[in-house]
Amino acid sequence: MATLKEQSKKEQILTGGHRLCAGCGHGIAVRMVLNAAEDPLVIGCATGCLEVATTIYPYTAWRSSFIHNAFENAAATISGVEAAYKSLKKQGKIKDDFKFIAFGGDGGTYDIGLQSLSGAMERGHNIVYVCLDNGAYMNTGIQRSSATPRGADTTTSPVGKVIPGKQQFRKDLTAIMAEHNIPYAAQASPNNWRDLYNKAKKAFEVEGPAFINVMAPCPRGWRYNTPDIADILKLAYETRYWPLYEVENGEWKLNYKPKKYVPVEEWLKLQGRFRHLFRDENRYIIDEIQAEVDRRWEVLLERCGEK
Amino acid sequence: MNKKHEKVIAPDVGWRNVTRAGIIPTAGNAEYYETGGWRTKKPVWIEDKCIHCLLCWRFCPDSSVIAEDGKFGRFDYEHCKGCGICVNVCPSDAIDFIDEGETSEGRNDGE
Ligand SMILES: Cc1ncc(C[n+]2csc(CCOP(=O)(O)OP(=O)(O)O)c2C)c(N)n1
Ligand code: SF4
Ligand code: SF4
Ligand code: SF4
Ligand SMILES: [Mg+2]
Repeated sequence: MATLKEQSKKEQILTGGHRLCAGCGHGIAVRMVLNAAEDPLVIGCATGCLEVATTIYPYTAWRSSFIHNAFENAAATISGVEAAYKSLKKQGKIKDDFKFIAFGGDGGTYDIGLQSLSGAMERGHNIVYVCLDNGAYMNTGIQRSSATPRGADTTTSPVGKVIPGKQQFRKDLTAIMAEHNIPYAAQASPNNWRDLYNKAKKAFEVEGPAFINVMAPCPRGWRYNTPDIADILKLAYETRYWPLYEVENGEWKLNYKPKKYVPVEEWLKLQGRFRHLFRDENRYIIDEIQAEVDRRWEVLLERCGEK
Repeated sequence: MNKKHEKVIAPDVGWRNVTRAGIIPTAGNAEYYETGGWRTKKPVWIEDKCIHCLLCWRFCPDSSVIAEDGKFGRFDYEHCKGCGICVNVCPSDAIDFIDEGETSEGRNDGE
């Protein structure tokens, strides 16, 4: 485990001067993940805030090879690059070792890019795929995705007379990726930077596909006080809404167990997208969210052999 | 900005001369794009209180805390957007957060 002192001595692959909003979780998560790479990288991004904000022509915020592609095919593109590299390496046309990583938003990963991701994982490419989950299509103006939490106010699940925010619970993508029986799948939070660093390191090191789902808060879409991102991230795992775990060669492991029971509303109440849930008539939704968080937590404990 | 790049993408360059397929030949040239003007508030380092834990460096989304030799070095005000995250993660209250434009004697803002 590299200390921050050691990490800070490595070249930073993401430069300043990108156009993500001030305080965007994407910048934090990406910098942490890339710090764990030992080899030169080829990076790809699904369309989304990260890709748009870091590659506005004629600028690129990546001190690295970067390949542009569309919204739904980051995993296909990066697996194609990896396959070409393997071939060139075999022919002796490339000498150096490279690693391949794609970043996608939750829209680009849980929804529109799911089949290309699933295919890449099944084909067994030696790639890392990182989902930066901010729970909505932020780059196009906060539309709901299958990662959006139940109850959240988005522009396509708007709070009003008809509905009180998003009606469905979120998809459990990390578990779905783990069920691909890939060598490494994990869920992480930048607030636990040690844990995220270790996971990124493992992901780069394993032979074959690796997937990490990283919570990446969006101050714009979540409507919290921008400087408080660390508290938002922390409460997400303390309330068990966003458990930290990993699945290595089929073995499930819980990486963090909260010491005490913190109700999920502690996390909800800091975010404007859930404000309406605290009205008397909507309280039942908080109860339903809590029940679902508890149920999923029990399932996870079971899988991790914690009970 | 390096010469080759400058030639390729200056505003007066016509479409015939832009890079093929929009390739950007200089990795990391966003460094030459300043986002410091976005700031309304500004983090200011208080050297005496700093314990060099580098949490500010770790959490900055804009690579704008510059570590030098494993310690806090300086803020990169050309890119810092003034989000205030470093201010809140600092365990030692070693970062002041002041209105942009406010000046105060004795403050070491690294400039
Ligand atoms: C095929 C296609 N459909 C729609 C779009 C428009 N589009 C660009 S970014 C985006 C949303 C991205 O959301 P997400 O993947 O969650 O990333 P975020 O911006 O939230 O980080 C959409 C819908 C597109 N670029 N391509
Ligand atoms: S809208 Fe949200 S995700 Fe997109 S750049 Fe801004 S803060 Fe980041
Ligand atoms: S977080 Fe605070 S104490 Fe730690 S290095 Fe930064 S300024 Fe110094
Ligand atoms: S205010 Fe934000 S952008 Fe500026 S140095 Fe601190 S964390 Fe980085
Ligand atoms: Mg998103």
